[in-house]
Amino acid sequence: MTGTMNWFVFTLLSPLIGGLLLAFIRQPARSSAINIGFSCATLIGSLGLAVAVLQQGSHEALAGFFFLDAYNVFLISLTSFVSLTTSIFSGPYMRFEWLHRDLPEQRLRLYHAMFQLFVFGMLLGFTTNNIGVLWIALELATLATVLLVSLYRTPASIAAAWKYFMLAGMGIALALLGTILIFFTSSTIFGHSNDALTWTLLFAHAGELDASVMMMAFAFLMVGYGTKIGLAPMHAWLPDAHAEGPTPVSAVLSGLLLNLALYALVRFKMLVDGATGTAMAGHIMIAFGLLSLLIAALSLHKQHDIKRMFSFSSIEHMGLMTVAFGIGTPLANFAGLLHMTVHSLVKSGIFFTVGHAAQAMGSQNMEQIRGLIRHHPGIGWGLLIGTAAIAGFPPFGVFTSEFLLFSAILDTYPWLILPVLAGLLVAFAGLFRFVQPMVFGPVPAHAVAIEANMLPVYIHFALALLLGLAIPGPLANWYEQAATLIAGGAAL
Amino acid sequence: MSDVMLQEAISVAASLMLLISFALLAQHRLLSVLHWFAAQGVVLALTTLLVAVISGHYELYFSALMTLLLKGALLPWLIWRIIRKMHVHREVEPLVNMPVTMLIALALVLISFYVALPIERMSQLVTHNTLAIAIATVFLGMLMMITRKKAITQVIGFLSIENALFFTAVGATHGMPMIVELGVAFDVLIAAIIFGLFFTHMRNTFDSLDLDVIQEKSKR
Repeated sequence: MTGTMNWFVFTLLSPLIGGLLLAFIRQPARSSAINIGFSCATLIGSLGLAVAVLQQGSHEALAGFFFLDAYNVFLISLTSFVSLTTSIFSGPYMRFEWLHRDLPEQRLRLYHAMFQLFVFGMLLGFTTNNIGVLWIALELATLATVLLVSLYRTPASIAAAWKYFMLAGMGIALALLGTILIFFTSSTIFGHSNDALTWTLLFAHAGELDASVMMMAFAFLMVGYGTKIGLAPMHAWLPDAHAEGPTPVSAVLSGLLLNLALYALVRFKMLVDGATGTAMAGHIMIAFGLLSLLIAALSLHKQHDIKRMFSFSSIEHMGLMTVAFGIGTPLANFAGLLHMTVHSLVKSGIFFTVGHAAQAMGSQNMEQIRGLIRHHPGIGWGLLIGTAAIAGFPPFGVFTSEFLLFSAILDTYPWLILPVLAGLLVAFAGLFRFVQPMVFGPVPAHAVAIEANMLPVYIHFALALLLGLAIPGPLANWYEQAATLIAGGAAL
Repeated sequence: MSDVMLQEAISVAASLMLLISFALLAQHRLLSVLHWFAAQGVVLALTTLLVAVISGHYELYFSALMTLLLKGALLPWLIWRIIRKMHVHREVEPLVNMPVTMLIALALVLISFYVALPIERMSQLVTHNTLAIAIATVFLGMLMMITRKKAITQVIGFLSIENALFFTAVGATHGMPMIVELGVAFDVLIAAIIFGLFFTHMRNTFDSLDLDVIQEKSKR
C-alpha cells in the first residue's frame, strides 16, 4: 500500500515541480533536456503505479482524496508515455522554430513550463476522486494549452486561441453547472461536505441519487465536456487550435486532452446509469458521437491545411469512441479503450510527422507539400504508415478496435453499422486523397533539408502495430477489467 | 422559521440576478455594462452573506468576502483600466439588434423554467423557481458572449456566467465545499489574467479588440 502511495506522489509531483523549475531556465537546450528528464520521471512513476494497481487492485490514496483503478491507471500510463515522446520530439522541433521563426527565448520558457503544467493538470484530473477537482484540473490543463496555442503570437494563432478560450470557457461553465446539480442531489444524502462530490462514494450510492436531477445534470455535462472532447456541433475550436499552435501541442491536444474530457464524461455516464437505471445517457452519447463522426468525415474533404485535416480526423475518432462508450457493453468499452490507446499513439505520431513535413516544405498548406518520400524518406514513410494506421488498415491496432466495435454494434444496435461504416469510408477516402500526392511525386523547389527526429514516431507506430497483432496478456486483462468496470460490473 | 426566511431571501436575490442579467444585455455603452457587472458581483456577495448568516456555515462568510473583493471590485476595476487604457468606450455593437436579443432572452428564460420543471422540490431551501432562474442567468450570459463583437463584452459575458454558477451553488447547496470553491476561484483568476494578456496581444497585433476585425485580419 505504501509502495503505491510513494509511486503516486512521485508521479503527480514530478510534472508540477518540473513546470515550476522550467519557468526559470533560460537556455533553450538545457530546458528541453530538463523537460525530457521530468517527463521520463513521470513515466517511470506511472509505470510503477500501474504495476502496483495491477497487483493490489483499485484503492484510494491520500485520505480518499485520490483513487486509482484499472480505468484511470491505464490512462495515466498512456498520458505519461505520450508526453515523454512529445518532449523528446519537441527538442529539435522547437529548436528549429526558435531559429527559423524568431521565437524569443522567453517564449520557449513559457512553452516548457506550460507543457509540464498541462501534464500535471491531466494527471490530477485522472486521479482525483472529487468531481469538483476534476473540473478544476481540466480547466487548468485547458488554460495551459490556451497559452500554448497562442505561442507564435501570429494573428491567426491569437484568433484561434481566443476562439478556443471562449468556446472552452462556455463548455466548462456548462460542465460546472452539471457538477453543481449533482452536488445538489448528492448533498441530500451525504450532507454538505466533500463526500457529496467524492466519486467512489457517489458510485456506491448511485441508486439513491435523484434520477431526474441526474439526467438534467448529464445533459449539461454532455454538452460541457463534449465541447472539450471536440464533439460536433461544439467542435469549432478544435481545428483552429490544432492548426495554429506548435506541433507538439497539436499532438498532446489530440492525443491526451481530448481523452481526459472523454474520461470525465464516461465516469459521469457510469453515475447516471446507476441513478436512472435506463440507457438514456448512452443513447445521448451515441447520437453526439455519430453526428461528430459524420460531420468530421465530410469536413475533412474541404481542408487545405494539413494539421486542420488531421484534426478533423481526431474529431472523427473521438466520435467513434463516444459511440463505443455510449453502447456501453463490456465488448464496446473494450473497443473504446483500445481505440483510445491506439488513436493517442498513432495520432500524436502523425502530428510529429506532419510538423517535420511542414518545416521541410515551409508551409502547412497541403498543395505546397509534395514528394515527401523522395525529399526525406523517413518523413514520407512516416506519413504514409501513420495514415494507413489511422485509416484502419488491418495489421494496426485501429483495425482491431474498429472490428471489435463493429461486433459490439451488431450485438446491440445493428442498424448503427450503416452510418458508422459510411462515415469511416468517407474519412478514409479523404485521408488518402490528400496524403497520396503529398507523399509521392517530384520534390518541389522550395523544400529545405531539415534534421528530423523520427524515432518517437516509429516507436508509436510500432506499439500500434503490436496492439493490432497481439495484445500482450497482462494488457488485455487490464482492458477487460476496465471495460467491465465501466459497464457497471463489480469494481475489480 | 429560518428556512422560510432563507427561501424568501434567495428568491429576492434570484430575481435581482435575473434583472441584472437582462440589464447587462440591454446596455449600449461599454461602461454601463461594466457597472451592471460590478452590481452583479455585489448582489452575489450579499446573497452569500445572507445565506451565511441564516444557515450558519462559517465558510460562507469567507466566500462572501472573497466574492465582494474579487467580483465586486477587483475584476471590474481591472476591466475598467483596460477600457480606459485602450480607448474602447465606443458603443457596444451587438450582432443581433436589441429587441431581437431581448426576445431570445425571454425565450431562454421560458426554456429554463421548462427544463427545471421535473425538479419539483429538492430540498427545503430551493424551489424550482430559483433553480430555473439560476439556469436562465447562465443562458443569458452565454447569449451575451455569442451576440457581442467586442472581446471585452465577451469576457464580461464569460464572467457573468461564472457569477451565475456561483449563485446557483450558493442558492441551491449553500455553496460547494471550500476546496472546490477555492480551486474554481483560482481558475477564474488565472483566466482573467490570460484575458488581460490576450487584450494586449490583440491590441498589438490587430490594433483592435473587435472580433470582426480580428477574424478578417487573421485570414490574410
